[in-house]
Amino acid sequence: MDLGPHAAFIVGAYAVAILIVAALISWVLIDNRRQRQILSDLEAKGIMRRSERSPERQS
Amino acid sequence: MPLIDLANPSRFLALSGRVLPWLSGATLVAFAFGIVQVIGAPDDYQQGATAKIMYIHVPSAWLSMFIWGTMSIAALGTLVWRHPLADVAAKAAAPIGAALTLQCLVTGSLWGRPMWGTYWVWDGRLTSVLVLFLMYLGVLALWRTIEEPARAARAVAVLTLVGAINLPIIKFSVDWWSTLHQPSSVLRLGGPAMHSSILVPLLVMGLAFFLLFITLHLAAMRNEIMRRRVRTLMLMQADAAAGR
Repeated sequence: MDLGPHAAFIVGAYAVAILIVAALISWVLIDNRRQRQILSDLEAKGIMRRSERSPERQS
Repeated sequence: MPLIDLANPSRFLALSGRVLPWLSGATLVAFAFGIVQVIGAPDDYQQGATAKIMYIHVPSAWLSMFIWGTMSIAALGTLVWRHPLADVAAKAAAPIGAALTLQCLVTGSLWGRPMWGTYWVWDGRLTSVLVLFLMYLGVLALWRTIEEPARAARAVAVLTLVGAINLPIIKFSVDWWSTLHQPSSVLRLGGPAMHSSILVPLLVMGLAFFLLFITLHLAAMRNEIMRRRVRTLMLMQADAAAGR
């Protein structure tokens, strides 16, 4: 594919778009892993919402 | 299932968890199809291959405004109906909107340099989009400034609704003021002013970016719900430690 005399601008624009989309996807995935980790750490310490406790523990 | 049932965060988590893999797949397929279309699209008779920047620049421009519109509807949900997921939706959308507005500005500059002879000009369209980007940064900063989520949501909702005034300014800036930026050629009264060989790849890329936004937004909303659960549990832990 011949991109002509302004190929650097076209490739640069697509590279920026790929970087931004990759950064967004990474942000969502890393944040998800982090929140899950903190939640499981808290639950391991026995700290959980009333709605998530077993009936025996609530009584 | 009535739409109002989704207001329950647990139900939202369950439903979005089922939908997300399908949405991710649809996004990948749309991008693969779109990129093939872009490669096969003809060069512009004046701009040559440089017009290929349009296929990433225009969808990000559409989404930068669409996402602020989504945040504005969510702001109404926060202020008027106090919908449980409204501020979660607004907060999750803001970073995606900021990133895609940045993409719009940078790809526009890289398109402008070879076509206009300059990366930037302080005209109505470019300046109003820059203002939109700065407003996104303002919203992100405001979310971080106020610790209590409900208070932050109300302050952000007001800022978002005030900022929505900028959306028609962006849209009509090319008609109202003299500008280097070309007028609307897709979303206009007389219908698209493009040949289908260019219009179809543009619409496919637009769909791909739209699906990407929906996918990322749902995933970010799930993360935000978890973050609020973490906050609640940490407050409970602090209360327990203090013997309350």
